[in-house]
Amino acid sequence: MTQAAPLIRFADVKKHYGEGTARVDALRGVSFEIGAGEVVGLRGPSGSGKTTVLNIVGCILAPSEGELTLAGAAVYAGGRWLRPDLRRLRLETIGFIFQFHNLLPFLTSTDNVALVLQLAGASAGTARRRAGELLDYLDVGHRRDAFPSQLSGGEAQRVAIARALANRPRIILADEPTAALDSQRAQVVMDLLRQVALEQEAAIVVVTHDDKIVDRFDRVLELRDGLLV
Amino acid sequence: MNLAVRDIRHNLGRFLLTCLGLGLLLAIVLSMLGIYRGLIAESLTLARAPEVDLWVVETNSRGPFAESSRLPGDTREAVARVAGVTEAGAVTYQSVETETAAGKLRLYVIGYEPGRPGGPTRLVDGRPIIQSRYEVVVDRSTGLTVGDRLKLGRREFRVVGVTAGQVSSGGDPVVFITLRDSQKLQFELAPPAARRELARGGGEASSDIVNAIIARIDPDVPVAGVADGVRRWKHLAVLTQEEQETVLSRSVIERARRQIGLFTTLLLIVSTVIIALIIYTLTIDKTKEIATLKLIGAPDRTIVGLILQQALAMGAIGFTFGVAFIVSMKDSFPRRVVVEAPDVLALGAVVFLVCLLASTLGVRLALKVDPATALAG
Repeated sequence: MTQAAPLIRFADVKKHYGEGTARVDALRGVSFEIGAGEVVGLRGPSGSGKTTVLNIVGCILAPSEGELTLAGAAVYAGGRWLRPDLRRLRLETIGFIFQFHNLLPFLTSTDNVALVLQLAGASAGTARRRAGELLDYLDVGHRRDAFPSQLSGGEAQRVAIARALANRPRIILADEPTAALDSQRAQVVMDLLRQVALEQEAAIVVVTHDDKIVDRFDRVLELRDGLLV
Repeated sequence: MNLAVRDIRHNLGRFLLTCLGLGLLLAIVLSMLGIYRGLIAESLTLARAPEVDLWVVETNSRGPFAESSRLPGDTREAVARVAGVTEAGAVTYQSVETETAAGKLRLYVIGYEPGRPGGPTRLVDGRPIIQSRYEVVVDRSTGLTVGDRLKLGRREFRVVGVTAGQVSSGGDPVVFITLRDSQKLQFELAPPAARRELARGGGEASSDIVNAIIARIDPDVPVAGVADGVRRWKHLAVLTQEEQETVLSRSVIERARRQIGLFTTLLLIVSTVIIALIIYTLTIDKTKEIATLKLIGAPDRTIVGLILQQALAMGAIGFTFGVAFIVSMKDSFPRRVVVEAPDVLALGAVVFLVCLLASTLGVRLALKVDPATALAG
């Protein structure tokens, strides 16, 4: 396991929804650091705050208090976002893998991957070439012209991983990536994530309820009632 | 990578079907405009056909189309002698209903003096009237051809010529007969009625009545001056050709024009609402994809472009289909439909604006989509 400078630093992050009697404390002071090359599991019962952590790290939800640092740069502190363009930050720094792959249904496998590259500024040719390489790397190159509806669950998830890796992000956030897969395919996905973490020196956070992959993490962060336990 | 094009291509059948529906709606809008233009064209046909400069009608009348007008037949002689008048002709206008082999036929009968203004100008078949009695030139829309027989009143007429595009403001086909025949048709009583008139002591009334005298003026003489002269010295009402056309287009068809205008406006509003709903529904269908795009870092312009380009593509394809449909179908309408290029271009511009307006609803929705929705499973 590679331990380097933390790519994700979550410092005493609190998050509440609503006010007064309707106030719900989703996170009550959570701190953790995840370094390059680490694959960390995030577990906990429903309502424990897992999705809130993922949304905050993904810069789509602002904390109520605390600090967030991504890839060495302070992103949230003092009650405000410090980066003006959070979407650009996500595009360049964070890769997302979803439970149900969330591929765009009207794009082929290649185009789904190439889109992210083109959004980051790559030319169409470069984007397609890199997309092809990634699909080959993830062993779905033979399905490059297929639409998501023509892919099996495992193939679609691999294409989704290829999309998440396209811009070589330093941080990858995966939300239940194995929930829709059988045990064998779930292990393959975890192998892939570990390989990526090592090769790209990325920090990977995997939200999961899946017991069959729990032993595949470097660490597991257990959340309960908005606190790490 | 153009996401709008990719999405359209992926759901081509559904998209084209939507465009087809929109196209039919726009075809109806365009047909209403065409019917309106046709109404004007048809109403002006009668006034323009004789190619004259002046319409002399009964005093205090704006006839013969907007109001009734009756003049003694010899008024033509008086008008013909006015300085500047080169040609004058007496005409009558009346609506009749008759039976043909195809069923009942409503006609607009014009009586004119052969050799003088007022007769059919462009024949597509046959010849003009050359006999003084019982010959008729009919419009092609009657369905009659040269050699057919046509019963008007108590007399039977032989079709000797056929014109095209000659209809009244009500859309009835025009037929031309001689002035003498038309006066007989209009004023001659059936024998029993004539006998009863004689029995009650009434003499035979003169049937030498016409509805208007039409006149051509020397190009070197001001038409207004001649009109003033006739008004002052002959105590008759006079309309120039321009005034007659204004009366027809403003008075005779004004209500129809407003009716169609209102209906067209309503159709455009309905079209706007329908386009807005289509775009809105398409956007709702793509909520998950939009959330994913936002989450992976796509800028707003990419998402707005996706919606806006699809809205404009839908408008453009629907509009093209609508225009093609109405252009190919316009001759099948029972009344004339005139599709003019400026109307088509104006509707195109309106459709463009409508699509922009309608897509704002979808764009607003798209911009409000929370990227966290993509993680919601």
